[in-house]
Amino acid sequence: MWHDTAGQFARSLIDPCRAVPDGLTGDSARFNVYRNNVAVGLRDILGETFPVVRDLVGDEFFSAMARAFGQVSPPRSPVLIEYGGGFADFIDGFEPARPLPYLADVARLEWAWHESYHAADAEPMSIDVLTDRNPSDIENLHFQVHPSLRLMRSDWPVASIWQAHQADTTSDLSSLPKGGEQIMVVRPYLSVEVRSLEPAAFEFAERVASGAPLGRVLEDLGDHPEWDASACLGALFDVGAVCRVV
Amino acid sequence: MTTAGRHMTSGCGAGLKPAHYRDILQGEPAVGWFEVHPENYMGAGGPPHAYLTEIRQRHALSLHGVGLSIGGPDPLDRAHLDRFKTLVDRYEPALVSEHLAWSTHQGQYFNDLLALPYSQETLNLVSDHVDQVQEHLGQRILLENPSTYVRFKDSTMDEVSFLKDVAGRTGCGLLLDINNVFVSCTNQGESPESYLDGFPFDLVGEVHLAGHAADEGGDQRLLIDTHDRPVSDPVWALYRRVIGQTGVLPTLIEWDSDIPEWQVLVGEVARADSILAAASSDEGARHVA
Repeated sequence: MWHDTAGQFARSLIDPCRAVPDGLTGDSARFNVYRNNVAVGLRDILGETFPVVRDLVGDEFFSAMARAFGQVSPPRSPVLIEYGGGFADFIDGFEPARPLPYLADVARLEWAWHESYHAADAEPMSIDVLTDRNPSDIENLHFQVHPSLRLMRSDWPVASIWQAHQADTTSDLSSLPKGGEQIMVVRPYLSVEVRSLEPAAFEFAERVASGAPLGRVLEDLGDHPEWDASACLGALFDVGAVCRVV
Repeated sequence: MTTAGRHMTSGCGAGLKPAHYRDILQGEPAVGWFEVHPENYMGAGGPPHAYLTEIRQRHALSLHGVGLSIGGPDPLDRAHLDRFKTLVDRYEPALVSEHLAWSTHQGQYFNDLLALPYSQETLNLVSDHVDQVQEHLGQRILLENPSTYVRFKDSTMDEVSFLKDVAGRTGCGLLLDINNVFVSCTNQGESPESYLDGFPFDLVGEVHLAGHAADEGGDQRLLIDTHDRPVSDPVWALYRRVIGQTGVLPTLIEWDSDIPEWQVLVGEVARADSILAAASSDEGARHVA
């Protein structure tokens, strides 16, 4: 029965310790071509989605980590652009990566970038829509953010690390900021933007994205030291993160 | 949305890669048509759809699925078929194709095109699956001969007979991958010429050409279907032989890994085009005579 043979084939494919499946003729060592294709295929897919993680650990380490991830979290769909969402959590618990405590957050940022890249399209809105409104109206406004917007906090300066690994970068790791970063990722048109935000601007973006009316966001953030509400709002519009105002 | 014709222009096309989006849209059209793996365009939006939409406005398109697992024992994935159908409706491809292979087992996807035994049991299974795909997509598909590295004791038919029977039962066409013929025949110790002599050319709707590699482990008689380099000379020779018999067929250069500069791919396309042009002028000469 093909069902049984295929089951055995599939199990041997992902477990190199398992014998080559019965039912093959000729040189059974050639079964390893399929094993290798599967392992290399997953490594390459993850490497495309997490190029900075790969740069940080090197190809050999990355291959081993990708293989270990593939064994516990193999793809469940042929749509491989959906594969890798659990990679950052896996890295958190991956013992050999422990000397690089920021690695999992770099993976989180790369996943956010990847999701943003493939997110639904929407037309960003200009801040001009607010000019004719009176102040009491503005307090009641809700903002609908761009479907590609992702916000993440890290205890490590992962946006700066990520930036230093981009081909067109002018920054380098010698000027890495101390401490964590709050990061906004958004793709208003064709390019994904990665921005490191001040804590208040980040919190503002988070609250606005949650759908809270502007008045309440301003109230909640009222006692934040050194924050400029109109600058935060302007920046959110400028980067193209707002699509609708209701 | 689309403005280029739905039908394939004759001549050679190229597998579309993101690294070449801008080259394709900037220059004069050097390649008549493009093929994509629909799985790479199953995201919601972003640059992949933006570029594919723009390219589709100028060129005909072929959707070449790698994830339906038509040869697998499990039922077809309805959600995947729905996603595929959405792309067929959106991009109006001239051709739709898939593989005589499997890639999913009990929900796990293997990201490779795996071999299957050729028997009555799998003939029934594959034919049912092809029927379902054609019904769901509302169009005929082409089924591609795979590259194979192993063989099954349970096989009772050869690959060409199997493909012919699937096509006879379902009305599907065939995608003849000449590199796969060369790779599989070499790996199985058979003659690619004999394989091709038996191939039902009247059912072929598209030809694929790609590069392969020799096994790094030192097995001289083992070739790997890598799609990471130019088409090899023996595959060009087989292509010339096929086109000499069939006349012009839509042909595609596949290059999926170690992606070269756009001009290198254009060179491969031009080489296939010159073989097609020669066949076309021979056909013309025959008609005149």
